[in-house]
Amino acid sequence: MDNHCTVLLLICMVSPVAQLQLAMELRWDTGNDAEAAKRRILAEQAKAMPRTLAEKVWADHVVRAADGEPDLLYIDLHLLNEVSTPQAFDGLRLAGRRVRRPDLTLATEDHNTPTGYADGSFHARRGELLTIVDPISRTQVEAQRKNCAEFGVPIHSLGDAGQGIVHVIGPQSGLTQPGMTIVCGDSHTSTHGAFGALAFGIGTSEVEQVLATQTLPQARPRTMAVTVTGELRTGVTAKDLILALIAQTGTGSGTGHIVEYRGEAIRKLSMEGRMTVCNMSIEWGAKAGMIAPDETTFEFLRSREHAPRGEHWEAAVAYWKTLVTDDDAVFDAEVFLDAGAVSPFVTWGTNPGQGVPLDDVVPDPSGFADETDRNAAVRALDYMALRPGIPLREIPVDVVFLGSCTNGRLEDLRAAAEVIRGRRIRDGVRMLVVPGSDEVRTAAEAEGLDRVFVEAGAEWRFAGCSMCLGMNPDTLRPGQRAASTSNRNFEGRQGRGGRTHLVSPQVAAATAVAGRLAAPADL
Amino acid sequence: MDKFVTHRGTVLPLRRSDVDTDQILPAEYLKRITRTGFEDALFRAWREDPAFALNDPVFAGASILVAGHNFGTGSSRQHAVWALRDWGFRVVVSPRFGDIFRGNALKEGLLPVQLDQSAVETLWDLAPDTLVDVDLAAREVRADGFAWTFPIDDFTRWRLMDGLDDIGLTLRHEDAIAAYENDRAAFKPSTKGF
Repeated sequence: MDNHCTVLLLICMVSPVAQLQLAMELRWDTGNDAEAAKRRILAEQAKAMPRTLAEKVWADHVVRAADGEPDLLYIDLHLLNEVSTPQAFDGLRLAGRRVRRPDLTLATEDHNTPTGYADGSFHARRGELLTIVDPISRTQVEAQRKNCAEFGVPIHSLGDAGQGIVHVIGPQSGLTQPGMTIVCGDSHTSTHGAFGALAFGIGTSEVEQVLATQTLPQARPRTMAVTVTGELRTGVTAKDLILALIAQTGTGSGTGHIVEYRGEAIRKLSMEGRMTVCNMSIEWGAKAGMIAPDETTFEFLRSREHAPRGEHWEAAVAYWKTLVTDDDAVFDAEVFLDAGAVSPFVTWGTNPGQGVPLDDVVPDPSGFADETDRNAAVRALDYMALRPGIPLREIPVDVVFLGSCTNGRLEDLRAAAEVIRGRRIRDGVRMLVVPGSDEVRTAAEAEGLDRVFVEAGAEWRFAGCSMCLGMNPDTLRPGQRAASTSNRNFEGRQGRGGRTHLVSPQVAAATAVAGRLAAPADL
Repeated sequence: MDKFVTHRGTVLPLRRSDVDTDQILPAEYLKRITRTGFEDALFRAWREDPAFALNDPVFAGASILVAGHNFGTGSSRQHAVWALRDWGFRVVVSPRFGDIFRGNALKEGLLPVQLDQSAVETLWDLAPDTLVDVDLAAREVRADGFAWTFPIDDFTRWRLMDGLDDIGLTLRHEDAIAAYENDRAAFKPSTKGF
């Protein structure tokens, strides 16, 4: 890029007030090193304008900005899964393009992969790998393997110790770090925002764009703060918090915004809890969810395989500590929530905003003021086969699913195991326990969590997306009702005709024991 | 990508809100590795109901899908856009779209048009007979004496009207990308040797 270009670009990026002064200063820089000028002006800009966390991360990734055009953003990490990539690689081949940065790209297999053997067994058999029986699923998985081999992209395939749900393996390996831009052809990419990364889901055309250019043209979204004051009560989890928030705001109110979750209750969450919150940002429409990195974040990362080491660690932490919203920064929108008022929360309908506290009853659609909401509620209750006024605790379930990129991490399995320990799962209820990654599975087994679940009568399965979505053998049958720690209760999401209640890991475990929706305190 | 300048067609009314991408294209059809041929999968589960609008012959040939708010929420699957396009839709109207769906549609020349609820309801009532004009150049939807303007930024509108794809546009800035890469912090992680 020549100096002239740099100067024009940088002037566009700063506020009009500062433009004149900067333009004058730039006269001194045009003959010098353009990058030095860029750094100086960015520093100047930072001093001049208080910025939010999202704005800081965004600004640090702008490759090119021009008036009336979307910013061109650099992407630090591109995660691939088998579902959204085959057509993107085909596009590269057709255009004769290569993958620009295979060293910033990582693939895994998760959506189609089975969590048990072809014969239905899920007890590990030494040396025996899982096989994908469905030929269409197998073709899709094999397409990604071939594409990764052809284009030199690293991949964690089924049976590999690094395999797992794409949003679990990024954080566990230390690849997900504060201040990064992370994309993936999967809407739950927002999970990685828990580290103070700007992370969002993209479609297949954008996957192709990032493979080819390592950049994405993006219009700058609005910013929103969700401030969660107070403290979560005992037995209330990050999942309850985000379900309560979505019920309060509605499924679309985050649309077009990067949301920053902040406040005392967020600061007190573990990284796992923060990931659960950010994971479900997309369920209320947000472009991305972020949480400013702090000591909890640094501690989580310190020993991870791909975390920076030595002087790189020091440099990284020094940078990460700047990734906080400035005191005077202004958000385009603000939402407040009192953590102390949140109790175990469950959904009754067919979108994640249709939820109520477990203590409550199934709502009466006639009580909804908005006609659209009322019609949606009528439809949802019909699909869910529920009548208004029934206490949530009286709803029996057939299946309990513990897992997914929302709640399939070690902390989630521990919390559920704590509830299940020494108890039996209700006769007639099937409980699937599916670790989010092979590493989570191994770690859980080292603690004996697998035995707790198995002794209670649950299925201890292999890692994958499993029953979160109907793309692999783990599905609900028509009419079956599930309590699920996943993220979506859409019609047919867990299998055609299946009915889903979204819950926390603790509520899932208690529900498995009680045979109907329940909290641990009910047992 | 095909150019989009203007389109004239009739409306298929989808009188539902929060139509998520799992409804537009159920997950079982995500296993395909092609980019076309998804019309059979469109609204597959809802089509089991004979009364569903897509099954109603009076709406056959409709190319403008008009839905309630929060259309295309949920998953990032571009397959949902392919299914709508393969069925024959060129325009989707809703008071609000899921961000990823909207982005995907704009990559494929399926125009997402944001109009308020009252315009949506008027368009529902104009189906199936009234011809509706969608004019991207004027940012306007016109039908039966009504005219509604819709928001779309200049850059996106230009890209659609010229049928340009973003990868081609981005590759013009190869030097800027290379310069940025030279300046990236050394502590940023790599997947090499993974």
